[in-house]
Amino acid sequence: MSEMKLFVSDGNPHCLKVLAVAELTGVKCDICHASDDERLVPFLSHPVRPVLLLPCGQHLFKANPICLYFLEVSGRDVCDLTSQWLEWEAAELQPALMQALYQCVLLGKMTEAANTLEGHLTYMEQRLSKGATPFLAAEEATVVDIVLWAALYPLLSNSSFLPDKLQCVARWFEQVNALPVCQTVAQRVQQQKSLESLKRFLQKQPLPPARCRNAPLCNRAEEEDAEREMTDEEIQAAGATWSRGLADRPTPAERRHPILPQEGKRNVLITSALPYVNNVPHLGNIIGCVLSADVFARYGRLRGWNALFVCGTDEYGTATENKAREEGLSPQEICDKYHAVHASIYKWFQIDFDHFGRTTTEKQTEIAQDIFWRLYDRGFLIPDTVDQLHCENCQRFLADRFVEGICPNCRYPEARGDQCDKCGRLINAVELKDPQCKVCKRTPVVRSSAHLFLDLPKLESQLEQWLEQSMSTGNWTSNARHITRSWLRDGLKPRCITRDLRWGTPVPHPDFSGKVFYVWFDAPIGYLSITASYTDEWEKWWKNPEKVELYNFMAKDNVPFHSVVFPCSLLGAQDNYTLVSNLIATEYLNYEDTKFSKSRGVGVFGDMAKDTDIPSDVWRFYLLYLRPEGQDSAFSWADMALKNNSELLNNLGNFINRAGMFASKFFEGRVPQMELQQEDKRLLAQVGFELRQYIQLLDRVRIRDALKCILNISRHGNQYIQVNEPWKKIKGGDEDRLRAGTVTGVSVNVACLLSAMLRPYMPAVSATIREQLCAPANCADAMFQGAGSFVCTLPAGHRIGTISPLFQKLEAEQIESLKRRFGGQQIQSAAPAAATVPASPSATIETSANPERAKQLLQEVAEQGDRVRALKAQKAEKTLITAEVAKLLQLKKQLAAAEGKNPEPSPQKGKKK
Amino acid sequence: MQKTLSESKRCSPITVKSLPVRSNHGPAALQSPSNRAEQRSCPQWRRANMALMELASLEKSLGFKKANKYSTQGNNKSVQFDPGGDRKSMQRDEEGRYLEMLQQTPILQSNKGAPLIGLVTIASHLVQEAAQPELLGRTAEQRAVVRQWLEYRVTQLDGCPKEDIRSILKELNQYLEDKVYLAGSDFTLADILLYYGVHHIMADLSVQEKEQHMNLSRWFDHIQHYPGIRQHLPLVVVLRNRLYTGGHH
Repeated sequence: MSEMKLFVSDGNPHCLKVLAVAELTGVKCDICHASDDERLVPFLSHPVRPVLLLPCGQHLFKANPICLYFLEVSGRDVCDLTSQWLEWEAAELQPALMQALYQCVLLGKMTEAANTLEGHLTYMEQRLSKGATPFLAAEEATVVDIVLWAALYPLLSNSSFLPDKLQCVARWFEQVNALPVCQTVAQRVQQQKSLESLKRFLQKQPLPPARCRNAPLCNRAEEEDAEREMTDEEIQAAGATWSRGLADRPTPAERRHPILPQEGKRNVLITSALPYVNNVPHLGNIIGCVLSADVFARYGRLRGWNALFVCGTDEYGTATENKAREEGLSPQEICDKYHAVHASIYKWFQIDFDHFGRTTTEKQTEIAQDIFWRLYDRGFLIPDTVDQLHCENCQRFLADRFVEGICPNCRYPEARGDQCDKCGRLINAVELKDPQCKVCKRTPVVRSSAHLFLDLPKLESQLEQWLEQSMSTGNWTSNARHITRSWLRDGLKPRCITRDLRWGTPVPHPDFSGKVFYVWFDAPIGYLSITASYTDEWEKWWKNPEKVELYNFMAKDNVPFHSVVFPCSLLGAQDNYTLVSNLIATEYLNYEDTKFSKSRGVGVFGDMAKDTDIPSDVWRFYLLYLRPEGQDSAFSWADMALKNNSELLNNLGNFINRAGMFASKFFEGRVPQMELQQEDKRLLAQVGFELRQYIQLLDRVRIRDALKCILNISRHGNQYIQVNEPWKKIKGGDEDRLRAGTVTGVSVNVACLLSAMLRPYMPAVSATIREQLCAPANCADAMFQGAGSFVCTLPAGHRIGTISPLFQKLEAEQIESLKRRFGGQQIQSAAPAAATVPASPSATIETSANPERAKQLLQEVAEQGDRVRALKAQKAEKTLITAEVAKLLQLKKQLAAAEGKNPEPSPQKGKKK
Repeated sequence: MQKTLSESKRCSPITVKSLPVRSNHGPAALQSPSNRAEQRSCPQWRRANMALMELASLEKSLGFKKANKYSTQGNNKSVQFDPGGDRKSMQRDEEGRYLEMLQQTPILQSNKGAPLIGLVTIASHLVQEAAQPELLGRTAEQRAVVRQWLEYRVTQLDGCPKEDIRSILKELNQYLEDKVYLAGSDFTLADILLYYGVHHIMADLSVQEKEQHMNLSRWFDHIQHYPGIRQHLPLVVVLRNRLYTGGHH
């Protein structure tokens, strides 16, 4: 038994359960405190606690089975009643309990939490009052009582939590709580600052669905029972808030550049990961950084924060050099070309940067070299020689992306010199098996070269101290925490910050002349230099940690460089830099069920989105709706059409349009008199609740979840109109007409609120609604104050403008043709299997396949291939070879088409020949 | 700095279509036409019905001669599923009102005492009744593992949002990598109930997706061919030879 290991963590009520039951049963096991972020159970995708490692090596990862196991080991049996209570606890109570804890502990709403649990606690009350025993399952306290005590402990240990009518539950809890085992365990937990650790535990849990587990957010439309009941108090309060109106709130000031931190304001500096200049960004890149950051920046401005949003293209590095060679341009020309491409794409997506700069500037050199010298002078840079791959043929060191080979970890054949795309591990280029120069495909040799290293181990303790503080006070997504912790756990090693390349920021030290900074050292400094290009007073943002909150947006593979490497550079430079306080990382977005691939022409790239005739706002909506928060998600054309037609057209657009049309048709374009009844106030309460939820979520950068609140409001609105039928009432008597007026007036005001809430997500649609309703400029400002309040912004008599539909239906044919245009997934996945042999009939999907022609082409390809090899062997003139290679590629394309595959050869196949 | 994210690392992509509402959960003969219409509009009710069918199937595979009576309550539509054919009006116990909230939780009324509530509790009880306790595990350790997967079924799998399906499949697939059954080398109740629970997901996967979750598919195919288990569920085709040999793509 002593070989059992029990892993627990602070603040987790499930751990309380198992600790108490271990006490109760006297089972001995090693208790280990493990950080929440560590994955102990290899097959689970998220870290869980508690975990019991059995002597046989199996993991138990659910608290209740662990408790029952302890019970059995101590020689007791598990009866039906015990099993029934524990099943109830896990399946019924827990979902509600998580929500209640969330409401109570994180949002401070004890009454709401009590309401959430009321049904379940009443059930316990009944069982206790009608049962013959003082405890839940027997005369004595059993494992059932302990488990429920532990689960409810965080809430019920506050004696004012339970309403008076639940006397039996209160008495039961008191009795269980007084048991020696519970006392022992509770005290142990108390010492660990229980509330703080509970908060931390809750923050890491997925947000509980707003109502109940049976109604996942996306399906709420179908699940009619999911309404949250509003209490009378909430309804009355909503009515009172509404009648406050706009009062005389001043119109918000125009944005005036340059934006600088202001005393007494919340100064928020927002960056999104700098996109590589050498390629066109795809949808995954767009949602991962710039679009997410844009939504948050727009939201911040609405909230009246003093926000600055900067970004720019990352232009140095081997990737650019490679691209330049490919396109026959100089690196600078490539940067100029693609910087313009990026800028125009983001403009089309309405990314509202305060400044969109680039890294190839004087400022970049100046600031990067300054940081370099500061690090150097303080002894944080150590010189060392490095074995590097050198291509004798091309006369250069093959850094990073100039070399490819087999990954030493996972044997992926196309690993790059710095990182493997398959397993994600960082690689030292000399570790690659069978390395190949990317340019000439020859095998490079190992040579040594002198380089400088950032001494991360020396900065580690400082970094950890800062991280502890930043993570506990700021908003770090769980993947960001997790990735950072795992880096620290593996121990930091010195990291090379220089490279033998030409295209980069030059290293200013004379002993290292001719070298440039490694892009990962250099690129994040781009945030500073881009801000410096925006304003000479950039240091007010970047050397002002007390007054500035820094938000970094990125996809998860960028996390270590923002949470470990770059902070170390800044900490070591010791110049009072502003370090990241909120690190927001997304997971990946896939395309249909494959990945985006430029080379294979699969997926939608930024520059193509505008050619689809689908408005930019709809693109934004759908990408944000799918934002990979918490886990990967996949773009799908069919789903996009569905969301457009069901959510935008039939739900949101329909509601706003109806509200406006009633006002213009029945009330001469004016907001009618309103006399609020209970039913109206209930809607106000529901809408107010969603608004507050929206604000809470966006304050925590839960962009996708907050979008659902908008759709919930219009859903409530549609129901409200449907039930009240103003189009019928308008034809009735005075009372009915007043009723029609009230419903119309309230609906128009809800539409006005929606225009404000939509502004971060769909700026153009939001502006159109504002225009149609002639909404006052200060209305958003008024409603987004504090926790959020839904007030009447369009009072009776307000004149609205011309109402017209906001959205268009996406037709099935249109979607089908787009799907074809941007690459079908089946064709792609069948391709590797059919690389050399003609595709088998079952795998052939494309109808244009032509086996006869394919056979003939196969022959031609083989011949042409021989010709090329012969020319290369004879060291023929380069132009000649190039021409023949072009012919070969052309033939291969035709062959692929005849075989019914996508004509673009995969890079892998191209290389083998 | 921005790398081509989605191009590089990703989990095996899966599209799960129309998961929340599938209509072919059982032979049509078991449902009246009006029931089927209701099912579409009320997925929770359907889940309730699923649990009842599962229990009925479980009884058959355990060799019960006469079927028990179960009920669920929810949505003001009292449901009774009585495969034996003799319908009796459902008795509401004292917790009736509360249980209405629970919607899809099955209840077993027995003549011996208080009703039993909950899929796992009832199923475990049936296994005991049928004198096949080894289906709950032979050792304390194995029983713990079985209980854990039963809890996984009702807490993680049932009613899970569409977005989570991918990670559940991944977890199961990885767990089953070196196992014949969920509890190792012995067939248990965990296999039966997880098979029932995962059936509608497996039925929706494409051939390629099933192949990507090879261990899970292998286990699933094994269980659905285990004598007496499949009962009310349609067979899901699992190919034994691989079609997509490309490995990564």
